[in-house]
Amino acid sequence: MNQRSIDWWVGIFVLLGIVALAVLALRVGNLAGFTYGRGYVLHASFSNVGSLKTRSPVKIGGVTIGEVTDIQMNPKTFMAEVTMRISPRIRLPADTGASIYTAGLLGEQYISIQPGGMPQVLSPGATITMTQGAVNIDQLIGQMVFSKASGTSAGH
Amino acid sequence: MKEDFLVPRIGHAVRETVPRMGMAARFLVSSLTAPVRRDFSFRQWLRQIFGLGVLSLALMVVAAFFTGMVLGFQGYYALVRFGATSALGTLIALSLLRELGPVLTALLFAGRAGSALTAEIGSMKATEQLDAMEMMAVNPLAWVVAPRLWGGIFAVPILCTIFDLVGIFGGYLVSVPILGVDGGTFWAQMQANVSFHGDILNGLIKAACFGLVVTWIATWQGFSAHPTAEGVGSATTRSVVMASLAVLGLDFILTALLF
Amino acid sequence: MSTADLVQVGGLHFARGSHAVLDGVSLRVPRGSIVSVMGASGGGKTTLLNLVAGRLRPDSGQILVDGLDPSGIARQDLYRLRQRMGMLFQHSALFTDLTVFENVAFPLRRHFRLPEPLLRKLVLMKLEAVGLRGAADLTPAELSGGMARRVALARAVVMDPHLILYDEPFTGLDPISIGIIATLVRRLNDALGASSIVVSHDVHETFAIADYGYILAGGKIIAEGTPEELRASDSPLAQQFLSGRPDGPVPFHYPATEDFAAAMGIPMETREAPRP
Repeated sequence: MNQRSIDWWVGIFVLLGIVALAVLALRVGNLAGFTYGRGYVLHASFSNVGSLKTRSPVKIGGVTIGEVTDIQMNPKTFMAEVTMRISPRIRLPADTGASIYTAGLLGEQYISIQPGGMPQVLSPGATITMTQGAVNIDQLIGQMVFSKASGTSAGH
Repeated sequence: MKEDFLVPRIGHAVRETVPRMGMAARFLVSSLTAPVRRDFSFRQWLRQIFGLGVLSLALMVVAAFFTGMVLGFQGYYALVRFGATSALGTLIALSLLRELGPVLTALLFAGRAGSALTAEIGSMKATEQLDAMEMMAVNPLAWVVAPRLWGGIFAVPILCTIFDLVGIFGGYLVSVPILGVDGGTFWAQMQANVSFHGDILNGLIKAACFGLVVTWIATWQGFSAHPTAEGVGSATTRSVVMASLAVLGLDFILTALLF
Repeated sequence: MSTADLVQVGGLHFARGSHAVLDGVSLRVPRGSIVSVMGASGGGKTTLLNLVAGRLRPDSGQILVDGLDPSGIARQDLYRLRQRMGMLFQHSALFTDLTVFENVAFPLRRHFRLPEPLLRKLVLMKLEAVGLRGAADLTPAELSGGMARRVALARAVVMDPHLILYDEPFTGLDPISIGIIATLVRRLNDALGASSIVVSHDVHETFAIADYGYILAGGKIIAEGTPEELRASDSPLAQQFLSGRPDGPVPFHYPATEDFAAAMGIPMETREAPRP
């Protein structure tokens, strides 16, 4: 193996490494923050965001149309202020609602949008007012057990 | 027999091991600092990146592809019970980037390149090539060991990056076309949960550490091998065993520190 | 400085563990001469060479090479001294991944930045001197043992050393190759104006080229002189070594703890009386 072809091979090897790293960064990692970079911004306040985080998907009927870009606590209202970026092709009616759901029992949390019926659309930067926070499973189970228990005792 | 008692035996082992470790550490430092002392051949370094990296590439690609596919299958069957197959992409990517990529790359590297390094340097020693170099006023640590050490430190992270990517692609092939997981969810979930700094870069830092440790052990074992055919053979075995154990042990420490 | 002796060794002691390898050895190598050190295998000859080359440090005693003590100087100075030394190894020690040409060029490339045509001339000159200019592009694996030894010799002298060390230069070669190497050792020594130390157990070949010889046994010099003087030596040890007798001052039997009859389980009464 002469030095020249070694130089070539090592060059190709290093290049492959750089390309692989770039693909990992853009396609696998979240360095590619520009998937919905050209979309518009909407806000929503939730009483409880659960384990929602930045880059969680925003969906309508299971189809991803955007992503969460920021989650802040509003110090006045003590509500979680979620900022999301929506694909510019999607125009949402003004009476649209937003809920935080979980995909499956252990899956990721995401924002599900329920489009309303009003002819006016939400302009960029608007706030969705009808929101439902994340359902706390512990609480749900607790409620169920409690109501079951009180139901049994009432029966006697 | 005095040697049969435990305490003298331990004492003897300590007396043997501690100076050897000191010598191995000095060996590492004076080899690693060769580029600083300008006593370093860039060409030899490229040659080693070729020998250690380029020639290991095919092995890594095949291994990564199968690893990713197995991860896809196993992950699917584990997640489908909870209806959480949307997390499959995340599972595959994080397993590969954080653990399997660096560790498997390093283990395969120890088996393929590390053993070859030990055998090469060991036989250079057995045939007096290292002595001849020393007599020609050429420092074997700078000329022979340093390019190999730096080659390993440089080549293993590149191999690991390629391993990660090919593995994820293998996992994708199993998950999406074969098992029918939604492709958009697969990638979106992955992107939502993989952090470039936290997962990808830390995995590569791990890989660089493993590259250093494996080449260090391999070159040291070759350098300190008994200069006979038998000695070189047993040094090669020892090199692979020690390097593999060191990788797994170090992985625990690095995982605790980095993640 | 130019004393008459290039190498002076005085009262040299060197031990491995409790075993004294060299036990008070003194010798000197006059400039321009070939000095041979002979002795049985394992007699400390190679150790002596390594001490002169600065690869080992003596327990006591003094070594001076060109006025410098190889074990007492800094690494850079030792390396500078070694650039003026050449060494031929027992197994030739050619670099297996380089061609014959690159093997010989190796020290030049590492120590000087020579223009390629000049380097080529220098290397081919040395290869011509050992008769292997035509083999320049072969790899060491394609060479016979004798050819490999000659290439190693060309490499050892490519820096025009003042002192050439030979570690068992004749071992494992056929008679023709031995003759070639012996001639080359003498010729190169005289052509370069160098001095040589030949460590060997091949009495005949070594005596043919050496100006002066030392016989080393049990870590001590037991005889010294010109080849003629050594042949006429009255030391029984030297005579046993030079004529190759199996038994003598160096016993045929390795010392055993019990005698042979007892080890074989022969009953006491049937044993012969011990020979005087």
